[in-house]
Amino acid sequence: MEAIKRKKLKEKIVENIFLICACVAVISLLAITFFVFYNGLKPFVSNSYSLWSFLTGVEWRPGSNLYGILYMFVGSIFATLGAILIGVPVAILTAVFIAELAGSKVGKLIRFAVELLAGIPSVLYGVFGLGIIVPYVLKISPMAQGESLLATILVLAIMILPTVISISETSLSTVPMEYREGSYALGASKIQTIFRVVIPAARSGIMTGVILGIGRAIGETMAVMLVCGNPIAGIPTSIFSQIRPLTTNIALEMGYAAGVHQELLYSTGVVLFIFIMIINFTVNKLVKAKVGS
Amino acid sequence: MNKKIKFNAKNLDLYYGDFQALKSINLEICEKEVTAFIGPSGCGKSTFLRCLNRMNDLIDSVKIEGEIIFEGQDINGDIDVINLRTRVGMVFQKPNPFPMSIYENIAYGPKCQGVKDKTQLDTLVKESLVKAALWEEVKDRLNKSALGLSGGQQQRLCIARAIAMQPEVILMDEPTSALDPIATAKIEDLMSKLKKDYTIIIVTHSMQQAGRISDKTAFFLMGEVVEFNETPVIFTNPADKRTEDYITGRFG
Ligand SMILES: Nc1ncnc2c1ncn2[C@@H]1O[C@H](COP(=O)(O)OP(=O)(O)OP(=O)(O)O)[C@@H](O)[C@H]1O
Ligand SMILES: [Mg+2]
Repeated sequence: MEAIKRKKLKEKIVENIFLICACVAVISLLAITFFVFYNGLKPFVSNSYSLWSFLTGVEWRPGSNLYGILYMFVGSIFATLGAILIGVPVAILTAVFIAELAGSKVGKLIRFAVELLAGIPSVLYGVFGLGIIVPYVLKISPMAQGESLLATILVLAIMILPTVISISETSLSTVPMEYREGSYALGASKIQTIFRVVIPAARSGIMTGVILGIGRAIGETMAVMLVCGNPIAGIPTSIFSQIRPLTTNIALEMGYAAGVHQELLYSTGVVLFIFIMIINFTVNKLVKAKVGS
Repeated sequence: MNKKIKFNAKNLDLYYGDFQALKSINLEICEKEVTAFIGPSGCGKSTFLRCLNRMNDLIDSVKIEGEIIFEGQDINGDIDVINLRTRVGMVFQKPNPFPMSIYENIAYGPKCQGVKDKTQLDTLVKESLVKAALWEEVKDRLNKSALGLSGGQQQRLCIARAIAMQPEVILMDEPTSALDPIATAKIEDLMSKLKKDYTIIIVTHSMQQAGRISDKTAFFLMGEVVEFNETPVIFTNPADKRTEDYITGRFG
């Protein structure tokens, strides 16, 4: 009897250890969310700054008590959009190349390179951008500045490659061989098979990669900070304009800010948070709707 | 009545790496007949069938020697493989409709050949489905996913998809092995109708099926064709002892 009881107790304890571990993730999520929202909503609740001016302002001058983030928001969107527009096609074609076209040796080599690319710390992407891309943009820029939306887009486009490539490649290689055989047996060429059957069949996996890529691009801070220019005002009007994404705004000033200034940096975080949630949600919905049809 | 020969395999050897899966196959397959391949598992039926539309090209380790003459040309030579596959269609053991609508599944092959005209595609889709005895069941849901069909319907869709290419030959690798008796009966019925217009070659594990639907039967054993003759002869008066053992179920 005693032995059975002890065994049961042991089981219970082990089970609870698992549960506690699982709780760490959930509690962290709740804690971060609460912390950011609590601090970030304070200035609007206590009316120390107007929500409207915060969301629609195009100047960020803490010295003059001006805290507008609309231009940052626009900058974040343009940078992400640009990175996706350039990075995703390159990534998908690379994935197709690895999964469908390259021989096993070349494929392995490229896959290895992609894995290394994923492991490079983001500050090094930033340094690379600053050292190579920014001077190049400076040469062609009519505004005589290298730090710009364009430089940011290029750095981010490279940064999202590993994520999108490896997830797309995985989902391409899980497309059943039967689909390919069916297609070839109907007289389709290799390229037709890839674009009309294999890629559509891998669509939901590829979209997952793209969503994660979007997440990475929006959330990226360190690399972007070095190449974006971080202006204190102005909606970007061309790809050569400087931008100040939401993320870098927080990182640049959080270290020394105090009072309302600090709280509004948290508010910037809230906007970022909601923005990412909305994007994840809509893209997920879009993918589901398409796959369902 | 002398029928035209559609495929003529001469001394065909096939290797997967070092393993010889087909040994000096000689076989003449006549036009507008149903030819059945029977034999125990692993004897090379599928391998040979896949030679006829060059599907083995997809497997890197395969090496082929000997000839298969199709319409006067050796298809193992330097030929237009895509053209061959448009003329020699294939239906697989496991129904493999693409994850697209029923309509798109059937229009896929013709579209890949450059057919764009909507009315032409519409007629082709309808005709193929009618021929494959599926039209009545799916005509109201052409734009629904093909994956929502039952197994038997999916297999008939795959047949319709092959028919839409207006091929001369249809290769079928155990097309009914995943189906219940009713769906099987429908497909067998379909084959006897299709043979008026097409040359059909079918791999089957069911002696009854071979007996019911085929004109000629080839018995494969360990990579060789042991016996090839009119189906009634194979089943009632086989020349080779091994054939007799196999069809009577005495085969080890
Ligand atoms: N891709 C492959 N690589 C190596 N060997 C293979 C390959 N495909 C088939 N084989 C071998 O070739 C031989 C013939 O296989 P095949 O699939 O043609 O047999 P089968 O007669 O169709 O059998 P079943 O009735 O089980 O479908 C088998 O020994 C099999 O193991
Ligand atoms: Mg087989």
